Amino acid sequence: MTLAWKDVRVEFRSREIVYTMCFFAAMVVLLFSFAFLRPSGEGQTNNVADLSPGFVWVAVLFAGTLGLSRAFDRERESGTMRGLLLAPIPRASIFLGKALAIFIMIFLVQIVVVPLVVLFFDAPLLEYPLVLVCTLLLGSAGFAIVGSVFAAMLLKTGSRDVLLPVVLYPILVPLFIAAIKSTTSMLEGGLADSWFWIRFLGVYDTIFTVAALWTFESLVIE
Amino acid sequence: MTVDAVKVSGLSKRYGLHRALASVDMEMGPGVCALLGANGAGKSTLLGIVSSIVRPSAGKVEYLSQGKALRGGPGLRKQIGVLAHESFLYSGLSALENLYFWGRLYQVEDMQERSVSLLKTVGLDEKAWTREAGTYSRGMVQRLALARTMLHEPSLLLLDEPFTGLDRTGAQALAQALQEAVTRKAVILVITHDLESIADITTHVAVLRRGAIAHETRSAGYSFAELKDLYHAHSE
Repeated sequence: MTLAWKDVRVEFRSREIVYTMCFFAAMVVLLFSFAFLRPSGEGQTNNVADLSPGFVWVAVLFAGTLGLSRAFDRERESGTMRGLLLAPIPRASIFLGKALAIFIMIFLVQIVVVPLVVLFFDAPLLEYPLVLVCTLLLGSAGFAIVGSVFAAMLLKTGSRDVLLPVVLYPILVPLFIAAIKSTTSMLEGGLADSWFWIRFLGVYDTIFTVAALWTFESLVIE
Repeated sequence: MTVDAVKVSGLSKRYGLHRALASVDMEMGPGVCALLGANGAGKSTLLGIVSSIVRPSAGKVEYLSQGKALRGGPGLRKQIGVLAHESFLYSGLSALENLYFWGRLYQVEDMQERSVSLLKTVGLDEKAWTREAGTYSRGMVQRLALARTMLHEPSLLLLDEPFTGLDRTGAQALAQALQEAVTRKAVILVITHDLESIADITTHVAVLRRGAIAHETRSAGYSFAELKDLYHAHSE
């Protein structure tokens, strides 16, 4: 908690990462609207609301990767990650603290992205708020957990900004399929399907949390 | 549980094909051990392994307390203080916030009092205490890093070029902190090329050359000239 609170405090003061992530995510949504919305006569536009789950999660994925790199760069400057590894705390708690801070930042991005997608694409995303919130929370948690492990592992690597998406995205594929399926089923009114995919996200998050807690120390020690 | 001796046995470290350390054996007790050697001799690697942050390729490090080996983990790490090339400070936090943050991780009691007292000891200007560390000069950062290292009164102090960036008063503050650590019988390993600053307090000298111990000696004290002679005779 101390570590997560420190990250939130530094971010609240600099507003560097969250602002950049939110702006970037908003730009992605805007670009999607330019790419997919077409006039269909009489001042109407074509209906692409069924594609909106993809827009939400792609914007979150891109913005999240941006924030992930920067959040761990802060631990590289002045070698604070080494300082944390030397501190008398379980090394797994470093991972949990960073993941929690990143989770908060991603969730803030989603608070910006979802209303924008509703606005631009007229998507009824807010019709089942509980399902939406569960999907967003578990999706963000999974991204933060897996992302934190890989970002910490690549901290000492020179080309980490290039490598991070390359190694991270394949692992995140099941998470994004489940998040998009859950959101799509919710739009189509298939709540049973949505809950199935939410449970899948819960299992995914649990498996990767256990694996991360188990391997984090050996991945970050030189 | 405090560390009163460190025993290094058969320590080797390889980075790919490069051999950084080759079967180093060494024992350190309370007092200042100066680890000397030319650039690239393996000094920082040895310090990194002793600090528990670098994994050796072979060999082991034992931390002893009254003759008994201590188990690794958070309990042992609480006894270790490291002042390295990197400051371990967050540029977005002020001096006090940095010390409070690290103090919480090290479970320091009377953290506010201790932080203020240390900032005074290292001579950091009081006006800078609440300013973000990112605005500090190199010397100020080094003073704050020194305060951070001493915050939890470690019984094993590992210092890598601690005098870098310090002005005369900063160097005096560091010498005073070292003297205080010697008084409470801490084990201190110092890597430095500033031999003059550690001359009077050093009781153990080890010279590393190409990853191996080239010379090791103990004495009640060393003069600057003696340290210089040892360095030149064995490191090149």
